[in-house]
Formats: sequence, C-alpha cells, structure tokens
Amino acid sequence: MTKKYIQDFTLVDKRQVTPACHLLKLAPARGGSLPTMLPGQFVQVEVAGSKTTFLRRPISVNFVDSCDNTLWLLVRCAGEGTVSLVNNPVGATVNLVLPLGNGFDATPGGRRLLIGGGVGVAPLLYLGKVLRDAGTSVTFLLGARSAADLALVEEFEKYGSVCISTEDGSRGERGFVTMHSVMNESFDLIQCCGPMPMMKAVARKAREMGTPCEVSLENLMACGIGACLCCVEDTTDGGNVCVCKEGPVFNIDRLKW
Amino acid sequence: MVDLSVKIGELELKNPVLTASGTFGYGEEFSDFVDLSKLGGFIVKGTTLNHREGNPYPRMVETPSGMLNAVGLQNKGVDYFIEHIYPRIKDVDSRIIVNVSGAQVPDYVAVCEKLAPLDKVAAVEINISCPNVKQGGMAFGTTCAGAESVTAAVRKAYPKTMIVKLSPNVTDVAEIARAVEATGADAVSLTNTFLGMAINTETRRPCLSTITGGLSGPCIRPIAVRMVWQVAKAVKVPVVGLGGIMNGRDAVEFMLAGATAIQVGTANFIDPSVTGKIVDYIEDYLRRHGFNSATQLIGAMEA
Repeated sequence: MTKKYIQDFTLVDKRQVTPACHLLKLAPARGGSLPTMLPGQFVQVEVAGSKTTFLRRPISVNFVDSCDNTLWLLVRCAGEGTVSLVNNPVGATVNLVLPLGNGFDATPGGRRLLIGGGVGVAPLLYLGKVLRDAGTSVTFLLGARSAADLALVEEFEKYGSVCISTEDGSRGERGFVTMHSVMNESFDLIQCCGPMPMMKAVARKAREMGTPCEVSLENLMACGIGACLCCVEDTTDGGNVCVCKEGPVFNIDRLKW
Repeated sequence: MVDLSVKIGELELKNPVLTASGTFGYGEEFSDFVDLSKLGGFIVKGTTLNHREGNPYPRMVETPSGMLNAVGLQNKGVDYFIEHIYPRIKDVDSRIIVNVSGAQVPDYVAVCEKLAPLDKVAAVEINISCPNVKQGGMAFGTTCAGAESVTAAVRKAYPKTMIVKLSPNVTDVAEIARAVEATGADAVSLTNTFLGMAINTETRRPCLSTITGGLSGPCIRPIAVRMVWQVAKAVKVPVVGLGGIMNGRDAVEFMLAGATAIQVGTANFIDPSVTGKIVDYIEDYLRRHGFNSATQLIGAMEA
C-alpha cells in the first residue's frame, strides 16, 4: 500500500473547460516533488470557506504533470462544496489527503479501450498517458451530452486515438458510448469511469463481448481511508467493502451489477 | 513540565485524548498521519460476537456541520479481531480499548470473555447506544433496566476496566448514567450519535437506506457538552466526553464540563492528523493557564 500524506498545495492555474467543469492545477505548497500517484487513485480535498459543507470532497487524479510538478484535478460543480473549491483564486492553499485507493490496471500490453462519460473522463487521461508511455495502444471513447460538455479532448489526443459520442450528435457519433461503432472492435481490456447508468451499460456490453472490464465507482464517502465504512459496495467475493480502500476501481466480476 | 496523564478507573492514560469507535478503524488506517503512540488510547471499531455485514448503501449523508451515518456495526466478529487484527496492533505504545456491541445480553458477555485474556486490550467500551441496528444497541441504552442488564452481566464476566457508552436519545441521561454506575461501570462515555434523518427532496427518498441514522460532528457539540456536564454532576465514576470535537479547544471544553478524557470522532475524517494536534494543544493550554496537570481541568468550569 502506498504511503498517504496530508499536504498543503497551491492552486497555480485554473480554467473552465466545460460549462460545468473546471481544471485545477496544484503544486506542493512547500515545494518538493509530488507523491507517487497511480492512475485511478483519488485525493480528498478540504473545502475551506463553504458555509454548508463539512466533509472533504473525493476527486480523482486527472493528470500528474512531472514537467511542471503539478497535479491536475477536473472538478464538476455539483454542489456548494465543489463550487467553493473552483472559486478559489489562483495562489490559494488547498489541503489534500493523498494518494488514496487503488488504481486501474496499468500493466502494459494489449489493446485498451478507455471509456469516460462527463466528468468521469478525468482519471482516464493519466491512465492513457501511463499506458502510452509503456508502449500500449490506447483508444479513448469519450461521451457527453453535447460537444460543449466534452472536457480536455485535445489532451486525450496526445496519448491515443479519440472517439467521441454525444447524445445530441453535435460532435462524433450521436447516442450513448455503448452505441459507438468502436465498440464493435475487439479489445483486451475496457476501463471505464462515468455516471452509474453509463458504467452499468458498459459493463453489460463488456460481458456480452467477453471483454474484461474495470469501472471506477464514486460511492458517497466520508473518510476516504477505509475507516468509516460508509462508501461500501456489495461485492461477490467480499460482501460490503470500502470503495475508498479496495476501489475505487473494481473489475466488474466483483460487482453484483 | 506539565503532566498530561489521567485515570479512567484503574486504567492510566498518558493523556486524555482517545479516538471514538467507528471513526478510527483499527488505528492502522491513520498511522501515516499520526503517531499512534502519541495518543492516550484508541477505541477500535464496534465488535460483535459474529460477523456483521452492516446496513445497505447509502449509509452516509453530509448535513450542516455534521453527517448522518447508518453503518450498522459492520465488522468481522470478535474471533477475527483476535486472530487477525489484534496481533497487528498490539505492540502500539498506546492503550487499546475495544468497543463491544450485541443484539442480546449474552452476546456482550461472550465478546468480553474472549477479549479479557488479551494483555494489550486495556478496557472495553460497552456500546448500548448504537442507533443503527434493529436489535440491541440503543434499545439497551434508553432504559435504566436495559442499561443495567448489560452492565451487570458484563461486570461479572470482565475483570478489567469497563466503560459504558451512553445514548443521548433519552429524556434524562443522568438517570441512565447512575444506573450503569450502580451496576458496576468503571466509567461512562457520552455521547454516541443523535438519531436523525434527512430526505432528498428531489427524489423524495430518504438519504439513508435505513431512513434514520446517527448524527455526529460539531452540530451536536453543545448538546453533548451539556450532557457531559449533567452526567459529571450525577456520578462519581469518570466521564469520557465526546460529540463533535474538532480541535484542542473543543477537547478542553469537554474537560471543563467534567470529562476526565475525551474522544475524537468525526473530525478524523476531515483531518486524519487532528488527534496529535489535540494532544499538543492541551499541553500548551495547561502551560498557558498555569496548570501543571490535565486532571486540574476536569470540571474546572467556573460558574
């Protein structure tokens, strides 16, 4: 298990990338290098200055930029906590607990299909980068309601071929990701993060195709380190297990859906 | 040099800072963030005779200045604890206290009998106040007769320090405290969570699978402080105070109200290193205020 830290970061850059999502770039506040993070792991972000929220917000590692020593977080404004977070000015201090959970299978080899929906595309960018660096062929399938809701497409294009589905057909193929023509090709592993209905549909499709599949869950959690037992998922082999500690990435064979 | 040590019955603690059951795992989860040997002790997750899967998801919802939980005592049972967890944590230089829960009186007795021979388990905390289980739990803690039945039975079976954790979901908590003191408790701890409820107004569904759950966090602190103050006046045994302690100041507040030791719960989720900071704060507080012992803070409110 990787060592975990509680550490102050400085918000060094932020930009709005879709109507709902902001990209935050964070650097260690007191210098030094970033802790080692694996694709699919997450961080617990303290939200200062919000009147109504209390707990940290679990946010997946979007990218680790070793060139400028920044950790990228893609944050969707879902409520008062995340709104407060993205309202931080550049230069603000943000406290993180990291790195948390277990990541995606990043063992090189084979053909990978990385499927993301909405803000769920976040962890796939770093996963794609790590896989591509190891010489693995990566295909991204990114889904959104419309073209305007697609985040960071130009970043994904750096690490693999990018397929797009939009529900309104404004970019790429029209419809859900599971209807995209790339789903007819054969892959050795599908890795997916997005809204629950999308992940369930992808899991069904993967089972039909006989392709191994991993999904990243986002059950409501409090502590993020396996202590409070709030974020449990009922698994085939272990009963209720903590998504924060045993996940957030699970092979679909372990899930009851 | 200030003396931070306090005593709960026969049990000596190097300082008054404990962790609340269910919020600190088995200690190990926090070892990257806090030096466990710095704590007065840690109270491990509620342990039952048999494995419990707990309640279905969702089990948690954030509320103003707090959270509701309905975990439902998920744990692998006392035998698993003894065989697999105890060997990993027994050499930590701190006090290990096991929180014990049960559906019926013989369950509590059986768990405590199994724990009694473990050298490094310094005490048990008898949970008669879990609001998230159908059988037992809070049912014992809301009547004097129920509280007495568990306390008296465990007292016969368990020779070491027994702390009884009280429910705040009662009309007169002092009455329950007196009942468990009379039947053999060495100390009482309070408060457990307050029964609460939240509804998602968009879906018109309850936020928790169990509909109701236990409220914790700083939203309950003033009520918990009041209850600790009432109980400390009503009993002679030590009182362990908890309920929404977020920092050292809050810990001192509970001691001034009459607590001999304190427990940190929900705050561990927001700052996993907070317990160590609370120990430092108390030491600094004693110095700033000219005390030479933590025991001088107990019930030192000047009214």
